Amino acid sequence: MDFISILSVFVLACFVGYYVVWSVTPALHTPLMAVTNAISSVIIVGALIASAAGSVGSAGETAKWLGLLAVVLASINIFGGFAVTARMLAMYKKKVR
Amino acid sequence: MESIAQSPWAALAYLVAGICFILALRGLSSPSTSQRGNRLGMIGMTIAVVTTLVTHFPQVKSTAAGIAIDPLIAGEILAAILIGAAIGIVTARRIPMTAMPQLVAAFHSLVGLAAVLVACAAFLNPAAFGIADLVIPLIGAPFESIHQVSRIEMGLGVAIGAITFSGSVIAFLKLNGNMGGKPIMLPGRHVINLGLLAAILGLIGYFVQDQSPWIFWTITVLSFLIGFLLIIPIGGADMPVVVSMLNSYSGWAAAAMGFTLHNSAMIITGALVGSSGAILSYIMCKAMNRSFISVIAGGFGGDAGGGGGAAAAVDRPWKRGSAEDAAFLMSQAEQVIIVPGYGMAVAQAQHVLREMGDKLKAHGVRVKYAIHPVAGRMPGHMNVLLAEANVPYDEVFELEDINSEFAQTDVAFVIGANDVTNPAAKTDKSSPIYGMPVLDVEKAKTVLFIKRSMGGVGYAGVDNEVFYRDNTMMLLADAKKMVEEIVKSLD
Repeated sequence: MDFISILSVFVLACFVGYYVVWSVTPALHTPLMAVTNAISSVIIVGALIASAAGSVGSAGETAKWLGLLAVVLASINIFGGFAVTARMLAMYKKKVR
Repeated sequence: MESIAQSPWAALAYLVAGICFILALRGLSSPSTSQRGNRLGMIGMTIAVVTTLVTHFPQVKSTAAGIAIDPLIAGEILAAILIGAAIGIVTARRIPMTAMPQLVAAFHSLVGLAAVLVACAAFLNPAAFGIADLVIPLIGAPFESIHQVSRIEMGLGVAIGAITFSGSVIAFLKLNGNMGGKPIMLPGRHVINLGLLAAILGLIGYFVQDQSPWIFWTITVLSFLIGFLLIIPIGGADMPVVVSMLNSYSGWAAAAMGFTLHNSAMIITGALVGSSGAILSYIMCKAMNRSFISVIAGGFGGDAGGGGGAAAAVDRPWKRGSAEDAAFLMSQAEQVIIVPGYGMAVAQAQHVLREMGDKLKAHGVRVKYAIHPVAGRMPGHMNVLLAEANVPYDEVFELEDINSEFAQTDVAFVIGANDVTNPAAKTDKSSPIYGMPVLDVEKAKTVLFIKRSMGGVGYAGVDNEVFYRDNTMMLLADAKKMVEEIVKSLD
């Protein structure tokens, strides 16, 4: 992908984000923050690439370990974020009539 | 080298992951679809991770000589994921709902740090990310020249990531009570911050010309520093804005790394999260009638008595009530509106509050909850706590939906909220909170106001007119104890 097509994806996604987020009910703003937290950990993709790249020389070796550390951090966020969101969402109940 | 060796299938899979994330947020438009949304988010994440593993492992083996194949790598990655999963799941299970703002701040800091680490890894080993060309100069050793566009993206990614990290750490310490909620004001901080910002942007520009390591590391260190300096002057009351803002930054950091890696899942997610945080910040600012700039500039919530007549008000007469009085008044009412605030969270009074609501309903009273957008320490904080206490969400109303009802309400029951009920915001132009939308509790026939003591003021440091009105009865006690006593009296 060239820079312009990436930029297009980015700009359009910003618009999608704008409209989608405005439709989120205020009662769910805390779960919204928790789940956006979890999904922004998609940065794990970069961490996995760094870890899986193997190591050439000392810089490559350092890069690999930085990548692995990033995998740990992003995993905490992914699992923790989705789990805590699920826990919160399970609490929202309708009135039992 | 081709900029990113990505098969069309992988690109498609990342796109699908991005769409799952969009639908995950879409699901949050109503509590009934929200759980499905969360599951879609998990599916999207699984797709992204599996795609990366599938497309990148073969490359390790098939790349030309020079790259050692490490049979341990798969095991190491798996171990890293499992460690993270264990920490994450245990934390998510154990954390009390009242500590949610701290948890979210802590999670933001992790995203920021992960972004910094990925950017560092990409800088150290650019060939692995496909963002560099091997240059063989006439003199000296061959080296990897990072693409100029990628240098900007990496510079921005590491800067935003570092700001997110250090800012979130400070926000966490403030929310968790390890650090006072009061703003810490450094002299000349605006000059320092603007200078640092200019230095970071200048260095990123310079980095395009020269990929020397010192430039990259200086950008990183300065960004850590500015994140720290940006958040320390911001007071406790502005925390909902700060948490939302850091949420937004964590998204932009992910997007910047997505640009570096040409990865659509990361770009879409980054844009979604970035706009989500930005919108929440906007909603929070609007609910406080403050501009985003003034929140960022900081200092709010520190100078007590900023309002004109706050000091003079100490001797004004007010009425004190007991739990029995409160119980009697509410049991005779037709409708009671409960207004919770941060004090309810601190006292962990949400469960006993719901019990009180149940008792009142048994007396034939209509019970509703009114929530101000900035009640608590993060957007939606009160809603989560009430949901935790099993308050049905259709009894919980937002400010604009319920404010007109106070005039037809017998009792407004304020528990742990203060500034969001202050009528001075509507009438007193000299008040620091003038213009902020507030809940019209004083229009109810009777206002019951739970407060620890008459001495303290709200986070804005202004006295509340409601305390001294004829139709107000002050219930001075710890919120939880007072509600427990009311529940007893209702039997």
